[in-house]
Amino acid sequence: MSEPFPFTAIVGQDDMKLALILAAIDPSIGGVLAFGDRGAGKSTAVRALAALLPEIRVVVGCPYQCDPKAVAGLCEACGKGAKPKSETSAPRVVDLPLGATEDRVVGALDLERALASGERRFEPGLLARANRGFLYIDEVNLLEDHLVDLLLDVAASGVNVVEREGLSVRHPARLVLIGSGNPEEGELRPQLLDRFGLSVEVRTPSDIPTRIEVVKRRDRFDRDPAAFGAEFASEQRKLRKQISHARDALGAVETPDAAIERAAQLCVAVGADGLRGELTLIRAARALAAFEGGKSFGDAELKRLAPMTLSHRLRRNPLDDAGSGARVARAMEDVFA
Amino acid sequence: MTPWARAARAAALFALDPSLGLWLRAGHGPARDAFLDYLRSLFAPATPWRKAPLGVGDDRLLGGLDVAATLSAGRPVVQAGLLAEVDGGVLVLPMAERTAASAAGRIAAAIDRGIVALARDGFAKEWPTHFGVLALDEGMDDEALPAALADRLALVVDLGGLGARDVEPAEYLLEDVESARALAVEADGGAAATLTALAARCGIVSLRAPLFALRAARGLAALAGRAEVADPDLAQAAALTLAPRALTSPESSPPDAHPPPPEGEDEDAPPDPPQEIDPQDEIVLAAVLAALPQGLLERLGDLPSARKAGSAGKSGASRVTRRRGRPMEPRAGSLRDGRLALLATLRAAAPWQKLRGGTSLRITADDIRIRRFHEKRGTVAVFVVDASGSQAARRLGEVKGAVERLLADCYVRRDSVALVAFRGKGAEIVLPPTRSLARARRTLAGLPGGGGTPLASGLALGLELAERIQRKGETPLIVLLTDGRANIARDGLAERERAGAEAITAAKAVRVAGVKALAIDSAAPSRRGDVRELAQAMGALYVPLPFADSSAINRAVRAAAEA
Repeated sequence: MSEPFPFTAIVGQDDMKLALILAAIDPSIGGVLAFGDRGAGKSTAVRALAALLPEIRVVVGCPYQCDPKAVAGLCEACGKGAKPKSETSAPRVVDLPLGATEDRVVGALDLERALASGERRFEPGLLARANRGFLYIDEVNLLEDHLVDLLLDVAASGVNVVEREGLSVRHPARLVLIGSGNPEEGELRPQLLDRFGLSVEVRTPSDIPTRIEVVKRRDRFDRDPAAFGAEFASEQRKLRKQISHARDALGAVETPDAAIERAAQLCVAVGADGLRGELTLIRAARALAAFEGGKSFGDAELKRLAPMTLSHRLRRNPLDDAGSGARVARAMEDVFA
Repeated sequence: MTPWARAARAAALFALDPSLGLWLRAGHGPARDAFLDYLRSLFAPATPWRKAPLGVGDDRLLGGLDVAATLSAGRPVVQAGLLAEVDGGVLVLPMAERTAASAAGRIAAAIDRGIVALARDGFAKEWPTHFGVLALDEGMDDEALPAALADRLALVVDLGGLGARDVEPAEYLLEDVESARALAVEADGGAAATLTALAARCGIVSLRAPLFALRAARGLAALAGRAEVADPDLAQAAALTLAPRALTSPESSPPDAHPPPPEGEDEDAPPDPPQEIDPQDEIVLAAVLAALPQGLLERLGDLPSARKAGSAGKSGASRVTRRRGRPMEPRAGSLRDGRLALLATLRAAAPWQKLRGGTSLRITADDIRIRRFHEKRGTVAVFVVDASGSQAARRLGEVKGAVERLLADCYVRRDSVALVAFRGKGAEIVLPPTRSLARARRTLAGLPGGGGTPLASGLALGLELAERIQRKGETPLIVLLTDGRANIARDGLAERERAGAEAITAAKAVRVAGVKALAIDSAAPSRRGDVRELAQAMGALYVPLPFADSSAINRAVRAAAEA
């Protein structure tokens, strides 16, 4: 757990990598779901993401990593505070341990302190740690329903409300949820699927040379993580800078009306319910343009992103073996004809 | 090399590098005892050796509150779990084939991250841990190791058929393993390429397998006292890690009959793409789909025993109930929502006692923990499919269509399906219970037809599977699809009369076992009667193909439901 595998050393898996990068550029895209084969590097990619996130300014000593410049969405202490001291910090990628109980996820009374001094104080949980960062749920389909509901609710509202043990606490919890899992363990409830902004299917590469390259790199990493990390250090730096620039440039990317119309057409063509699909598609396309240094976006970006933004929002037709990917492809052919 | 020598070699490898993991497939017996004794002798006596009992809870596996220490100290005291205790040693999973997916997931996470992360009982703590997993798989039938675990165990040893007389003197001793550990072994890029290509040829999708094979090859070289991996190491590593997987993984395409490719020849052979349904079948499918009434299974699921109040359409193939099923981890809640979990409540109350003062135990509403149960919901539909005869092509098409329609129902209801086919001289389970629609479709598409009609064998096997499902706490439903013209007896002989009588006997056994059934008659209208008789014997709902009158089915279901 010391040295994570470098993100830039991951062979292939372009969709998954792009989805994670876009979520890092614009957290409002709303999370990433990576479902697929075992041993294809889902967890590796997510855990590697931490090293690429641009640093953020945070209030010193704030357990929620509040933004010193923000005016709204602060925790209680920072909301009152006059002029807080700030420092830079890396956003966290918090792992949700399997078997975590609700008290540790949402936070609970600090018992030690209560016992020692009789003081009633809130001890923040994982949601607080993940504020302004990422919360990673591996094997999301094994997580108990009530926890999944709770996490999705918090992720959507950006606020964690705790009412327990005589405590009443609200704190900001703006976080990007990343879920991964293997469909063999059971599929995710359909109503949860479209709560994730992007969804990618992760397949183990099937061509032999790629597979060999994956095995060789992993083997080299396992034998000497530090040396392997050093090999990719400059690529890592480059990508990190690119993400950081993209984040700054995001506001300046123009959103053409034509693209909005195209996105709407696509959503109608695939029969995606609700407006969430269009919004996500537009946001993701904007983030992609920013990432690639563009000032605007159009059909090319929409085409690239339609599968990962829309495929999990289709009404499932269990008899259509073609799969949702093919249906999105068909719709794209029609719309972009 | 004898099977025993191969097993012993795997044991030495596991001792050398426990993180490889060892999957031991063997029933109880002298061979297994001898193997385990030998394995233990290859580890230093002080090595932690912990057994994770079947159904181990999170508080024991991951750690949690130490109640006794907490009560005496007056403040919360944390206790490490098995996964932390076993650091540097071996975690033994007895009856590994029955390990719950949740426990497998926790073990897998600890292996992957090298830490146990505890976020329970008010504690947030991480312990570093590195251990090897020894999975004792005694699976007799279709029970299999959870895939999350199977994928992380490199070495597979099968002692099936070995007895006391097969045990040979040990090749390696503890000293050999220890001196091998001191050796740093190099492997050139060709080794990785060879093993990866070979794994692909065996239809192994996961990339962990070739990685493991490579590490095993290094270990084998070290055991042989070499500082470089040689060809025999590669061959042996493949035999220990890849070969058994190619045969055992149900997801893989059938193992390739070709010999392993020589080094460097790696231009072809990606895993077979999923089988496509051919266009002709497609037409038959469409025709049958149109003929099947909607929601057939839905209504069947409402037959007596499966009828149950509660929130329909909740996630997964299971649902949470207050009384029945597999107990889930206790959670905070009100007594209205579940049964009191006394121990968990006491645990929750323990840290507060000092604060609450007084001489007796004080428990408040916040402490209350309730236990709820995970009940496998609804049905596993066991399709018993007649794949026999000259008409097989047509009938099989219909049957496939019918199964597809029912699969769609199953998908909506999030039930599992299984497939038993009978033709020629006997029956076989072609698809063990699964919720993967894609897999069911693929299996179905590839189902061959032709031969005699061993109806009794098919029903008996279907019932056997159904009873296995019952034992797991799920509700089976047998869906028999046949024209009823049994002509092969259970011993494989072509005696029409005996075959017919045996089929009726097998059908009666279904009724006796209390398994719900549905019989779909694919015979021409003039030849109906056999299946109706079978249906009566089974106590099954009778449905002739094509479905002329669906209101009759409605009535039948309602009548059955009220019975």
